[in-house]
Amino acid sequence: MHHLLPLLPAIPLLVAAVLVAGGRRLPRPAAESLASLTAAATAALAVFLLLHSSPPLVEWVGGWFPRHGESVGIVLLGDGASLGMAALVSLLTLAALAYSWHYFDEPPRGHAGSYPAMMLLFQGGMCGFALAGDLFNAFVFFELMGVVAYALTGYRIDEAKAVQGALSFALVNSLGAYFMLMGIALLYARTGELAMAKIGQGLDRAAGHHGPDVLVLAGFALFLTGLLVKAAAVPFQFWLPDAHAVAPTPVCMLLSGVMVELGVYGVWRVHGLVFAGPGGVPAADATRVLVVLGVLTAAVGSVMCWYQRHIKRLLAFSTISHTGLFLLGIGVLRPEGDVGTALYVLGHAGVKAALFACAGVLLDRYGTVDEFQLHGRARRLRGVGVLFAVGALALAGLPPFATGLGKAVSEEAVGGPLTVVYVLASALTGGAVLRVAARVFLGLGRRPAAEDGQEREEDKTSGGSEEPETRQRLTGVPATMRTVPAVLLAAALLAGAVPGFAEAAGHAVEESGSPGVFSSAHWTASGVLLDLLSTLLAAVLAGVAVARPGLLSAPGWALPLRRLQSGHVGDYVAWLLLGTALLGALALPGVLG
Amino acid sequence: MSSVLHVLPYLVAAWGFLAGCYGLATSRNLIHAVGCLAGCQSATYILLLAVGYRDGGTAPVFSDIRPGSRPVVDPVVQALTLTDIVVGATVTALLLALTVQIAKRHGTVDPDELRELRG
Amino acid sequence: MTPRVRLWLVCLGGGGLAALLVAACLRLPAFGGLWHPYGDRAVRTSLARHTANTVASVNFDQRAFDTMGEMTILFGAVLGCVVLLRQARDEHRDPPEPCEVVPPVRRYALIVLPVALVTGLYVIAHGQLSPGGGFQGGVVAATSLHLMYLGADYAALERIRPVEAYEVTDALSASAYLLLGLAGVLTGTAFLANTLLPYGTFNTLSSGGTVPLLNAAIGVEVACAVVVLLARFLDQAVEIEEAKGEMSAP
Repeated sequence: MHHLLPLLPAIPLLVAAVLVAGGRRLPRPAAESLASLTAAATAALAVFLLLHSSPPLVEWVGGWFPRHGESVGIVLLGDGASLGMAALVSLLTLAALAYSWHYFDEPPRGHAGSYPAMMLLFQGGMCGFALAGDLFNAFVFFELMGVVAYALTGYRIDEAKAVQGALSFALVNSLGAYFMLMGIALLYARTGELAMAKIGQGLDRAAGHHGPDVLVLAGFALFLTGLLVKAAAVPFQFWLPDAHAVAPTPVCMLLSGVMVELGVYGVWRVHGLVFAGPGGVPAADATRVLVVLGVLTAAVGSVMCWYQRHIKRLLAFSTISHTGLFLLGIGVLRPEGDVGTALYVLGHAGVKAALFACAGVLLDRYGTVDEFQLHGRARRLRGVGVLFAVGALALAGLPPFATGLGKAVSEEAVGGPLTVVYVLASALTGGAVLRVAARVFLGLGRRPAAEDGQEREEDKTSGGSEEPETRQRLTGVPATMRTVPAVLLAAALLAGAVPGFAEAAGHAVEESGSPGVFSSAHWTASGVLLDLLSTLLAAVLAGVAVARPGLLSAPGWALPLRRLQSGHVGDYVAWLLLGTALLGALALPGVLG
Repeated sequence: MSSVLHVLPYLVAAWGFLAGCYGLATSRNLIHAVGCLAGCQSATYILLLAVGYRDGGTAPVFSDIRPGSRPVVDPVVQALTLTDIVVGATVTALLLALTVQIAKRHGTVDPDELRELRG
Repeated sequence: MTPRVRLWLVCLGGGGLAALLVAACLRLPAFGGLWHPYGDRAVRTSLARHTANTVASVNFDQRAFDTMGEMTILFGAVLGCVVLLRQARDEHRDPPEPCEVVPPVRRYALIVLPVALVTGLYVIAHGQLSPGGGFQGGVVAATSLHLMYLGADYAALERIRPVEAYEVTDALSASAYLLLGLAGVLTGTAFLANTLLPYGTFNTLSSGGTVPLLNAAIGVEVACAVVVLLARFLDQAVEIEEAKGEMSAP
């Protein structure tokens, strides 16, 4: 069984190569069907392995099973969390491929297979990263998913913004990857090993009774920098809105739905295997790092989300905000936090991908994703409007969506004042999306003027001058573009509502995560109440914003925050450096003490 | 003396990495920025190879030396560095491809003038 | 953000990072130390599998899965460049004029071309024996073809370098690597397991089991990938022109 683990990345990669080789001869429908079929087959394999992952599967690629506890090979981990991520990646790739059925106007001449092939490479890279149990192998797959994602983001080369967003994305993420590699080199020097678990043991042995030293701290800060850049945590988040605003919609579904979450997953995995022992970073310091960054990320993401008018950018900031909540969830280092975050990630993937899918319909139907310009214009797209509004409510945590369940379980895990962060962040992001739904699909409220209050044009990105991505302006919405968001939302609903699913998911994550006993993940009265509270808050916020726009327009203090998102790649790199220093400073007490 | 030499290669790597980061942050030309990124990456090669060095060691290739007759450097970091170089070259190619398109669409490669995405 | 503020930020963040890195460097094991547990195991394993070049053994046997990822990164980047550097809507192709080459340059290029090509192929073929291998040899072989551009002109280069064929070969050799990996699973061992072939006599071309095969697949892949990559950039520089009288910048 465990021999099948490497196939999860290998099969999509192989089919991608075949698609490129035969791309010239292959007609477009055949190429796209083959890619969808591959994504589906990989998803089936991942789910099959997931069902057999107790006890967790371990595979040494090339048959290099350890002898006397030592191996020269690469280890892959097939536990509930990694296989769950691989299954999520594959299913979402399938959804994105189905959504983009005959989507782009024309593939590059003679390269009909190149777009589906790139999607499969992206899938393979993400699956490989999810399974990696070896630090350097994780870096390789991290780079693979990066490289393909940069190219996919810049796919529409005719658009000035697209290539610019892709370059910011590529520069910042590549730099993050090299930070990660510096960290790997330091840890290799100290322990002489590359497998995560062996490094963890090596650190414990080297530390003896003294506890961790500054080398461990540097390795921790550098490695986490790479992962947090991918996860778009503050202050590493600036690339994400730029990339998401310009990437083709199906790519946004994958970027927001699962790639960013893989960064959080990586933090969780590496912390658990490498830094959790006595020679690693003490629990109190790891919690401080993750909780501080989590709260900052949730706050910045949700405030910025509220003040956007470019719909795809708005959704991108809501992803940042939710990443902050995920970091909080894993940051408390308790099994219920892990389980809650896992459920939240599952639900969020479905909901966010569905919302992007709806935004894509708007872009291709009206040639704009600007909230103000679209005011009342999409009244006739009732089905899409309903999906968008339901997605907004699910984002705010409406029971019984999996987002609500994940939020409720996480809230219980973090406890105390941090619960407020969950409620406010999900209410603000859900409310922003709901406001868009009310204005665009119902035409509620006064039509906002293009210039509003004290905002200056140069401080914001409007969504007005976007090129549609499809062959021509859509007159009707194709069935695939309507079905995919509906199915995704239904999946997010079922994941939260089907009795037994949450327990099973919780059990799978628990087996591979923080030590501790945790009864099971289920709906509680307080959880439902908090979920309803945030949903209600979102509805109120959206209502006030639509009825009395003056009350909630950007106050003076939000403007500097928005100016930080300057679109200048040098600024982003400066923030990245500051972020690494901040990581080091936050974890420093554990080394000194 | 020896204590300095024992950390000097590591410090060179750290210096190269920081210099690359500084250049990247203050760059006025995207092609220069891509070069700075490659500089950061070269620092990772230096660190990896320095970590794997063994005093008096030669290349871990046994076609012309008898195994065990001489110390050899750590082959694992050599393999990692090779992987790293390939990764770096491909990323650079992709970044330059994007830069070519930016130059065409925006008519400039100065990040100070590329300010469309903000807020 | 003004450049001055950014500089302050860089100083602050870079200063923190510098302190972190320097402090970590001081705690690293002394340079040149003897303790390399993984490296020693890798050398022993390489000798046990009759592979003279330990680095090749690490790349194509012990950590062949990393190399699979690495090869795919190259493959993905080439695909990405093909997509990113395609002809945009407002561009057209303009075959370049043939141009004069100074005779000494022409002579030198045409003499060195075959030598460089053979060197590249030699380095690929002896990957498991001597320093070098698929990656290094592939790059040498690919760049050698471009001496044609220096020695003659772009049209001559295009004749010896049909990009489409190289693209297909690139994809096929990448598939070959993956299929060799799958063969391990199908024969009941493990993915990329080096158990299909005998390990042969130490220090001969056929030693090392599947190492020479994987190495050759990588060599072909890298050579083709580099050719395609350079072709796309050369296309941009030489052939693709913006439509006249039309500004593409918004």
